[in-house]
Amino acid sequence: MPVKGWIEVDDMHCKGCALCVSACPQDVIALNMDRLTPKGYHPAHLIDEGCTGCAVCAIICPDAAITVFREVPVHSKKAPESA
Amino acid sequence: MTAPAKPEVKVVFQRPESFTDLTTHYCPGCTHGVAHRLIAEVIDEMGLREKTIGVAPVGCSVFAYKYFNMDFVEAPHGRAPAMATGIKRVLPQNTVFTYQGDGDLASIGMAEIMHAAARGENITVIFINNAIYGMTGGQMAPTTLPGMTTTSSPFGRDVELTGFPIRMSEMLATMDGTGYIVRRSLHDVKNIRKAKKALFMAFETQERGLGFSMVELLSSCPTNWKIDPSKSLEFIAERMVPVFPLDDFKVNPELTKKRA
Repeated sequence: MPVKGWIEVDDMHCKGCALCVSACPQDVIALNMDRLTPKGYHPAHLIDEGCTGCAVCAIICPDAAITVFREVPVHSKKAPESA
Repeated sequence: MTAPAKPEVKVVFQRPESFTDLTTHYCPGCTHGVAHRLIAEVIDEMGLREKTIGVAPVGCSVFAYKYFNMDFVEAPHGRAPAMATGIKRVLPQNTVFTYQGDGDLASIGMAEIMHAAARGENITVIFINNAIYGMTGGQMAPTTLPGMTTTSSPFGRDVELTGFPIRMSEMLATMDGTGYIVRRSLHDVKNIRKAKKALFMAFETQERGLGFSMVELLSSCPTNWKIDPSKSLEFIAERMVPVFPLDDFKVNPELTKKRA
């Protein structure tokens, strides 16, 4: 089963520069053209299943607007990494 | 049979603690934000926040003190290394770093940076090189590439008239007082990770008292280069890296000894 992850984009910080859109290896991020942030930018959002929580979008994000989550299966043999 | 256990949720990435909640004033896609975040992460991970004093420059990053959740002072244009020298000499137990752009460091602040390095001051300098004056509206900087169009060189930088770009890292590496001088880039994820490691080493140099350390980071300026954010990252890779090669110009052997 593929690893399941997701991102949360902070509207206060996202400036719609779209660097995460081009960086995402799964191509599941796009700018939300139906919505504007309080600063007037179209924020990035997840558009599809398939996010693995690799955090590439968060590393390229110049505004630290993205928080990345990942599901860790409890029966995994690998010891969970420390946070 | 029991129901399958609910998977745990792990936070893979979040805003570093050393960041305030303020949104930066940088243009969308400007890699100043990435550089800020890397510094905040490194300081968090090394546990230096309580004893770090940053020195903000004049330039786009003039408000850097608002975004870092630590002590900061604002220096006059180009004089951040001089100010950092004073702070470090009075408070040698504190970690002192300056954050400077290319207009600040390589132009008006040339004397201060050269002499701080020559004296071997035990400070860390983060040098953001985006080949242009960002804050004042995109004029030619000492680091502007030959042929590059700016508002003060509208037909491209003419090397016969205005000379060649200055390579700060190479120059500073010739000084005996320096401990760690490297150049990294912020144009993709791989290079951002390398830049973070370099910042670790730079702060480590200071913590061990091995002399002056500087990390030069090739950055983008989508607004003044007049190209979109992802194209400006390509511009760094294609145009800037050949002129400013990414390399370790000086690494004190003490640094590699213990790590190996």
